[in-house]
Amino acid sequence: MEYIKAFIVGGLICVVGQIILDNTKLTPAHILVSFVTAGVILGGLGLYKPIVKFAGAGATVPIVGFGNALAEGAIEGVKKNGIIGAFTGGITAAAGGIAAAILFGYIMALVFKPKTKN
Amino acid sequence: MENMNKKDYQKYAEKKIPKPTYLKNIILAFLVGGAICTVGQMVRAWLTKNGLDEKSVASGTAIIMVFIGSFLTGLGVYDKIGKVGGAGAAVPITGFANAIVSPAMEFKTEGLIFGVAAKLFTIAGPVLVYGVGSSIVVGILHLLFTRGR
Repeated sequence: MEYIKAFIVGGLICVVGQIILDNTKLTPAHILVSFVTAGVILGGLGLYKPIVKFAGAGATVPIVGFGNALAEGAIEGVKKNGIIGAFTGGITAAAGGIAAAILFGYIMALVFKPKTKN
Repeated sequence: MENMNKKDYQKYAEKKIPKPTYLKNIILAFLVGGAICTVGQMVRAWLTKNGLDEKSVASGTAIIMVFIGSFLTGLGVYDKIGKVGGAGAAVPITGFANAIVSPAMEFKTEGLIFGVAAKLFTIAGPVLVYGVGSSIVVGILHLLFTRGR
């Protein structure tokens, strides 16, 4: 059941992105940036947590979930360390994904050759 | 044709742009995006089964999905998934990984610093600027409204 929930909610979030792509001149890069920011706003308002609870990876795997993790981390940081936590909390919460992206990105870019686009 | 003014020409040109196949794109984005999230859910279930706490499961899932995304990009497979799935491939965190590896790989010839390392952040940079930046604002607003409670 939780796989079906993840599939449907994750799929729907991607559909929102697809509708924006097909009806505007925005590129996938714009979508990534605006979805992260949307995730931060939704997370800051506490609106994304119920979606994560319901859909699991269907909510955390889309980049919106990355934004939500940043916002929840910043709020948690504030609760623990005040104003300093506002600066440290977000990146702390998202550190795994960011560090993995840097390391794996670097290695893959070195190891593999770009495929010629056709 | 020759005595068309600019406006008419623009209308004419817009008609010639192929209309995206909306419904098909939406269905494919749904299926591909849903499938990637289902893989994420499998990773989550596996990590949870191994006794990780909630936070480690979240980080671990992100790390593994980023690995899968960047590896498939290196193999040239992710671009094919992207062609079919559109936003279904771009929106998940695997698409973020793809956006990191692709330009870095492409500009390898420009060296390890200004080629690979700098281009890793072509898209990741803006994502982090807006994501991290706005999260700090959220934290500060939270502090102002609740006084840190």
